[in-house]
Amino acid sequence: MVGLGDRGLTMSSATRAIATDPALATPPASAGRARRSRVKWGPLLLLLPAIAVVTMFFLVPLVDVFIRSVTDPEPGLQNYEWLLTNPVNLEVLARTFLTSLIVTVVCLLVAYPYAYLMTIVGERARGWLTLFVMLPLWTSILVRTLAWMVLLADTGPINDFLEAIGVGRQPLIRTTFGVALGMAQVLLPFMVLPIYSALAKIDRRLLAASSSLGANGLTSFFKVYLPLSRPGIFAGSITVFILGLGFYIIPSLLGSPKEAMVSSLIYQQVSVFLLWGQGAALGIALLVVTIIILVVFNRFVRGASLAPGVEPE
Amino acid sequence: MTETGAQSVGAAEPGDRVSGDVSLDTRTIQQINEAGISLKGVTKRYGDKAVVDDIDLVIEPGEFMTLLGPSGSGKTTTLNMIAGFADVTEGLLHIHGKPVAKLPAHKRDIGMVFQNYALFPHMTVEENVAYPLQRRKMPKAEQRKRIAESLQMVRLAEYGGRYPAELSGGQQQRAALARALVYNPRVLLMDEPLGALDKKLREWLQMEIKRIHQEVGSTFVYVTHDQEEALSLSDRIAVFNNGKIEQVGTGVELYEHPDTLFVGRFLGESSVLRAPSSTATVRDGNTTLAVGDHHVTVPGERRGVESLAVLVRPENLSLELPGYVPASSTENALPVTVKTATYLGVGWRYDVVLFDGTSGIVRTPNDATRFGPGDQAIVTWDVRHGVLLEDLGEGDESTT
Repeated sequence: MVGLGDRGLTMSSATRAIATDPALATPPASAGRARRSRVKWGPLLLLLPAIAVVTMFFLVPLVDVFIRSVTDPEPGLQNYEWLLTNPVNLEVLARTFLTSLIVTVVCLLVAYPYAYLMTIVGERARGWLTLFVMLPLWTSILVRTLAWMVLLADTGPINDFLEAIGVGRQPLIRTTFGVALGMAQVLLPFMVLPIYSALAKIDRRLLAASSSLGANGLTSFFKVYLPLSRPGIFAGSITVFILGLGFYIIPSLLGSPKEAMVSSLIYQQVSVFLLWGQGAALGIALLVVTIIILVVFNRFVRGASLAPGVEPE
Repeated sequence: MTETGAQSVGAAEPGDRVSGDVSLDTRTIQQINEAGISLKGVTKRYGDKAVVDDIDLVIEPGEFMTLLGPSGSGKTTTLNMIAGFADVTEGLLHIHGKPVAKLPAHKRDIGMVFQNYALFPHMTVEENVAYPLQRRKMPKAEQRKRIAESLQMVRLAEYGGRYPAELSGGQQQRAALARALVYNPRVLLMDEPLGALDKKLREWLQMEIKRIHQEVGSTFVYVTHDQEEALSLSDRIAVFNNGKIEQVGTGVELYEHPDTLFVGRFLGESSVLRAPSSTATVRDGNTTLAVGDHHVTVPGERRGVESLAVLVRPENLSLELPGYVPASSTENALPVTVKTATYLGVGWRYDVVLFDGTSGIVRTPNDATRFGPGDQAIVTWDVRHGVLLEDLGEGDESTT
């Protein structure tokens, strides 16, 4: 025991948390102060272009949108009052989040087995699988969505087929189903890639170990493999969910005007009614709710899955 | 996979031709049933290449057996077949008399310790150790008791709440050991479990593993390429080379009476003299070989062999001053040149070269005559200490 036990003790759980959680990967305050005197400013210049771009094209417009939401057409909170009292707005916001959630779940169910397949095939096959999953990203969104319109149309090939086999024609286009389908296709890579990178990191000998300890394949999956793939699942889900919230073209082309998503509503307020303040208020509302969801989710993720040791040091 | 792999031994009639040249007589069946682990004609082929080639090995219940060999010799594949991680291409594999070749790993009731520990990183040490007990649906109270006991056994009692990443390498390996032993498997397999640790820790853990083996009394099968580790741990050692077992025996047997030149050279240090068997003459049960103008006598004889080798351990060789005359016919003597002299504390080690370029190693006690590099000397050894082996023309790449 002597001389052996000590090694593990030196790393306190606090240090572990820092090591595993990038968000906390800042040195403790005292160390930071000691180092600050020796900071070299040269390397920070490398950040300048990034800071300039973010400021000009993200921060400034965002502040502008916020200002408009409380000043247009006149100073006050009337835009937010309109947002909260008009049931259509809340309904659209709720529908947006729901659609995004459905898309996230669909992507997850498709992506997980796909990503798993990528981890067990050879180098060549993996290249092809990656290519297939990236393909939608490299096609013009308009072309792709128009293709879906043709496919999903009431007289399109899918409905022709459904009628031919006796199921009968179904409403596919101008439904949330159609929107979710189109969105899931585009967003799939954002789910596959983080899950793949999480799965690729899982040491397969852990499954051998699990099996030697008496676990069958199913148990090994749920007790060992799935928990270890959670960081990838969470990363992919958050990305897909948030990207899904802002979709505009697919919901407007594949969805029904009666079932608009928030991006269409904003477009309508700004471009059709020229109500810049109300459009801005909707945008800010979307942003705030998204941030809240992210914060809650993040807390949940940290507690649930990023248990110490998931990431190899 | 062959049909025979799953066939129950009891059902096989004596003399049955089971697979190729594996036939089972009554004695074999009895042997299989009494063995902890029994391998009969076990072969593992990937395509045309046999990684493990028709090996027979009987491991007694409670025995500590080490599979020793260089990398690629088939020892790890053999372990993986016993564990159920690799299919048996051909042959019979039994654990405690039960045919297991077709049994999936999770039904074999074996414990396994991996080189990289393979602890579940998302579980604490306690949860890791509880894992096999949960799979066996053991009552909670019993689980707690067993976990406490096994953590106690590997001296990790205070570390149950830690995650693997919070432990040192040695502690992780002990946690893995606790996890593999907590359900009292009758067989524990270890795949180079100490390979990733530094020397001091390794030696300490070797003692721990030995102690635990005595405590639990299970059959241990240990894979390593480290011959010192094999010698200090094992009851018996099976030396693997090119997918075959060269020799099985205790450390003393392998070191003092190797069957093959490979075994002799793989375990410990040695000096080897080679000579064509045409120069050999046999008298009184001793073989005398010609080495240049000199003669070397070894006990025993080998017939039908093209080339012979004499293997001598460094501690059995002595160095004398030039002009030394062998005391009697029971002593061999050859002139050599000292290349290097190394002080080891317990004595001296000399690397010497024979006139024909053959190199040798001599260890002498501190009170023996000292030599320096470049000195001429006579190397001598008692005839009884030479081992006569067949020289298969293996190179000099073997480990020291």
